[in-house]
Amino acid sequence: MISLAGRDILHSWGKFVFTGMGLGLLIGVTLSMAGIYRGMVDDAKVLLDSSDADLWVVQKDTLGPYAESSSLYDDVWRRIRDMPEVERAANITYLTMQVGKQGGDVRAMVTGITPGGPGTPGWPPYLVAGRHITRSHYEAVADIASGFKLGDRIKIRRNHYTIVGLTRRMVSSNGDPMVFIPLKDAQEAQFLKDNDAIWEQRRRTAENPAFNRPGVPGLLDAVIASQSTNPYVNAVLVRVKPGYAPEEVAESIRRWKRLTVYTRSQMEEILVGKLIATSARQIFMFLVILSIVSSAIVAFIIYTLTLGKIREIAVLKLLGTKNRTIVGWIMQQSIALGLIGFVVGKISATLLMAPIFPKYVLLQPLDSVMGFIAVVMICVLSSIIAIRAALRVDPAEAIGG
Amino acid sequence: MTAKGIRIQGLKKRYGSGDTAVDALKNVNMHVAPGEVVGLIGPSGSGKTTLLKCLGAVIEPTAGKMILGDDVIYDDSWQVTDLRALRRDRIGFVFQAPYLIPFLDVTDNVALLPMLAGVPNAEARKRAMELLKALDVEHRAKAMPSQLSGGEQQRVAIARGLVNRPPVILADEPTAPLDSERALAVIRILNDMAKKFETAIIVVTHDEKIIPTFKRIYHIRDGVTYEEEGEGRGFE
Repeated sequence: MISLAGRDILHSWGKFVFTGMGLGLLIGVTLSMAGIYRGMVDDAKVLLDSSDADLWVVQKDTLGPYAESSSLYDDVWRRIRDMPEVERAANITYLTMQVGKQGGDVRAMVTGITPGGPGTPGWPPYLVAGRHITRSHYEAVADIASGFKLGDRIKIRRNHYTIVGLTRRMVSSNGDPMVFIPLKDAQEAQFLKDNDAIWEQRRRTAENPAFNRPGVPGLLDAVIASQSTNPYVNAVLVRVKPGYAPEEVAESIRRWKRLTVYTRSQMEEILVGKLIATSARQIFMFLVILSIVSSAIVAFIIYTLTLGKIREIAVLKLLGTKNRTIVGWIMQQSIALGLIGFVVGKISATLLMAPIFPKYVLLQPLDSVMGFIAVVMICVLSSIIAIRAALRVDPAEAIGG
Repeated sequence: MTAKGIRIQGLKKRYGSGDTAVDALKNVNMHVAPGEVVGLIGPSGSGKTTLLKCLGAVIEPTAGKMILGDDVIYDDSWQVTDLRALRRDRIGFVFQAPYLIPFLDVTDNVALLPMLAGVPNAEARKRAMELLKALDVEHRAKAMPSQLSGGEQQRVAIARGLVNRPPVILADEPTAPLDSERALAVIRILNDMAKKFETAIIVVTHDEKIIPTFKRIYHIRDGVTYEEEGEGRGFE
């Protein structure tokens, strides 16, 4: 038996190819949306991977340091490091801000890392160019996505930093490139105010009788000095010695140090389940809408194509063609349209859309397989209206009258 | 397949019921022998199309009897269960317009019916080629319908009607879009094919050009048929 659908498509291939291309661009956008969601999840995991930590110690009862703000004294890490189960512990700060560069600025997550060299929790695990930070101040390592180059001078708050190293895929959960600077500089960047604000703060403190008592010399200077330093960090990253269970160590820190501690899986849950949950829901809604639009388009196209063949269908039915042959004809055309659309969509998502999206688009093979199955199902369902129309055609129409 | 033409006895068709009932066919009696071509003539609204639809097993008559070959296919109700198979295997159709499938070439347009009946593709195409040769359109076997002239398209449509060797062919105004010369050519082909394949052919027409060519004519008026001798001009 010859394939009616195949012959019909070959006969009017231009119509099918161009319709398929239009549908394909829509499918490409759908796949890209899925890729953006995957990219956000991957960015979150990359952030955790790059921290190279088993535990995140944060301010009590907060979801810090990524989903909520968290402040810890910067000497807490010493008590944690002294625990026998802990291999390394390091302070870290995170601050998302505009990093200035001559000719513009870039949104980045400025990360303050403790001295200690590669292997210290929080340090970038590898570089694609340059070297790690070796000086205590004014050197920075930036993710290549920031657009910075080796030797570039960047401005963070009032200080200038030289880019000495470049890394790759070191981004925040929002996809902002990370810029690593020494911890002390980062603490200052978090705290540092402009001169007017500092003068204003000092004036207010001096006018406060509680801090400027005539009988207590040196109190005002001590208060001002305490206001001029930032003894806080956002979290302590902890690496547990081999052989110890991170959950047990976390429980020990929670109980004895009275701090909140998250394991890797808990932190992943916070990032994926809470921090990017709204974005994920938005993307899911886009996926649903795009799927509905795609279905409507396929249904409309197949219905229109079928209406254009009513006479042929009537003749075929009069000549004794079985319903299943006609159903197969329409459904195969619908699926063929979907296949053309999927191929065009996959190519456009991979080669055209993913590279130009500002966010990381991760196109996973499993998503493509799921997308393919969804497209086929949508096409089958969309052809139902056309099939119903074809089955309602009266063979007597071929005879006329 | 035994080919004994088609016999219709007391066929009736009523549309609707009660006060709004319309008797489209009141008393139709016909017999067309194998190898014979008869004309069915009547004014608009006389019941021609209704009769054609009944004979084509597209609509169900209300009463009467239809015998196709040796088989009673209708006797106050259908006597066959698969009307599609009946149309596909035992009734050939030739329409006013050829209604060829535009995306199939000439061979496959003809071969499609046997293929639908389960005949292997090669055998179906072989049958199609034999008919195309008999109808002198063999040279256009690979052409698409849009590349054929009107006369060639009608010959291909006749080949399609004959390809399953049906005992009866129903031709609905097959010469309407053709000029005199081509119309007579089509009637000549139908006569030749009827004789060659022992097929009974009923030609519904009001084409004055071809009416004199029939040896027998059935007139239908107000749902009743009347038989008349024709001139048989050109086919003595």
